[in-house]
Amino acid sequence: MKVWPIFKKEMRLYFTSPVAWVIMAVFIFIAGYFFHSIFNYYARVSMQSAMNPMGGGLNVTDGVLRPLFSNFSVILLLMMPLLTMRLFAEERRSGTIELLLTYPVRDGAVLLGKFLAAFALYALMIALTLVFPAIIWYFAPLEGGPILTGYVGLLLMGATFIAVGVFASSLTENQIVAALVSFLILLMFWVVGWSADFADPALGRVLQHLSLTEHNESFAKGVFETKDIIFYMDFTLVALFLALRSLEARRWKG
Amino acid sequence: MIEVHNLTKHYGPITAIRDVSFTVAKVAGYDVFAESLEVRRRIGYLPENVPLYTDLRVGPYLEFVAEIKGVPRSDRKRRVVEAMERCRILDVQNRLIGKLSKGYRQRVGLAQAIVSDPAVLILDEPTIGLDPKQITEIRDLIKSLAGDHTVILSTHILPEVSMVCSSVVIINQGVIVAQGPIDSLVEQFFPTARVEVEIAGPSPDAVREALGVIPGVVSVTDVPGSDGIGRYIVESSRGRDVRGEVFQLAAQRRWDLRELRRIGMTLEEVFLHVVAGEQSHTGESA
Repeated sequence: MKVWPIFKKEMRLYFTSPVAWVIMAVFIFIAGYFFHSIFNYYARVSMQSAMNPMGGGLNVTDGVLRPLFSNFSVILLLMMPLLTMRLFAEERRSGTIELLLTYPVRDGAVLLGKFLAAFALYALMIALTLVFPAIIWYFAPLEGGPILTGYVGLLLMGATFIAVGVFASSLTENQIVAALVSFLILLMFWVVGWSADFADPALGRVLQHLSLTEHNESFAKGVFETKDIIFYMDFTLVALFLALRSLEARRWKG
Repeated sequence: MIEVHNLTKHYGPITAIRDVSFTVAKVAGYDVFAESLEVRRRIGYLPENVPLYTDLRVGPYLEFVAEIKGVPRSDRKRRVVEAMERCRILDVQNRLIGKLSKGYRQRVGLAQAIVSDPAVLILDEPTIGLDPKQITEIRDLIKSLAGDHTVILSTHILPEVSMVCSSVVIINQGVIVAQGPIDSLVEQFFPTARVEVEIAGPSPDAVREALGVIPGVVSVTDVPGSDGIGRYIVESSRGRDVRGEVFQLAAQRRWDLRELRRIGMTLEEVFLHVVAGEQSHTGESA
């Protein structure tokens, strides 16, 4: 499998063009802003509760980390399509895919190389946010467990976002269309859980199960739930499989 | 090196090629459908629009191509440098491809095609959009490649074909209409040798008659659209050069011989002959 050369090429493309730098900078800026407001708010609330004899029961994990992680997922929902839109759409627009597909490399390897490159960049982007727990830890004792599970949850959710983005990018030669399609798909699976309350209970459970956010809840609480891990992995695999089919279809259309 | 049997390819409703057989499409003995990866390992391809990653630098790009085409790690650096040398792009190896001129991009494209030392090179319009100096350079490069590689050149520039290729296949509306070495194609379609003569003075009838009796001459015709100037085309059987006799005749009769020139039949004329003939057929049926 020639995954490695594809991976290296995609990483080079991310970093020689400003794409990777801009996305990381924008992400860390927005994430930093959210962290700042959440942390400030928490500091004020805990001050008040310290003065209130009836207070207590506050902790940093629930007060800062959980809202922070759930904010991350909203930012990621908006930004991940931008990270993945280029992967196939640009190759198709510029015609480089025509050349790439004449090289002795399987479609699956091309797909996997691109997916892993986007995932590596994403992991790097997420790693930058480790500075926030570090800041909290400087001021207050912090449990390691929820941080670990929170980040694993983010990585798993990010993988599904990327797989969806790769699939959307394989459908079109227009990057904007690719970004919008992946945004649409992600948003649908994001909000699908909201209607669960109004729906018929059986259907409601299905809808809730399909929701991308529901499955991230337990990670933020510091729990590994097998069903959530499986859900994200399944979602990723299905999206990658669809992307593979879309690539193969293009190959034979000529 | 390449075999094709009854190959048909459609682009939507248009049939691109129909039942094309050169001598199941195979490259170096591998079936292009069943053993696609093996075939792809053995070809170097340069598409007409030269698609390159504009955000990569020349050196890393060629290393990527070498790696993905399976050049072993130990040879990779050397092969990349060789390809850059051959295509004369060593001086731009650290530049972004997107910042290069058309001529340089074309050569980078060629370098990616040859970097894995493939058995078969497929070049689609490799000189389009280049200036005359670059065109000459690319052609020389292609000629120098022909020794070690089978080069398939697809082009609309026929003089280029005559200069670069040893064997030609002409496909018109999806059907092979002529194939073979250029010389034998010329002979096949133009069995006579032609000489163009300009003689001023005497009446055309007299000239035509006198030229017509030279041994070996098949026909004498006026050059189209040259009424009154006295230009003629003398056709003789191939292999017979009648120029000496034409000169002697003119000298004897004290005709004013202004021009005497052999007309070499070029691939262009073969092409026009073959394709125009085809088109008039289809025109009739349409």
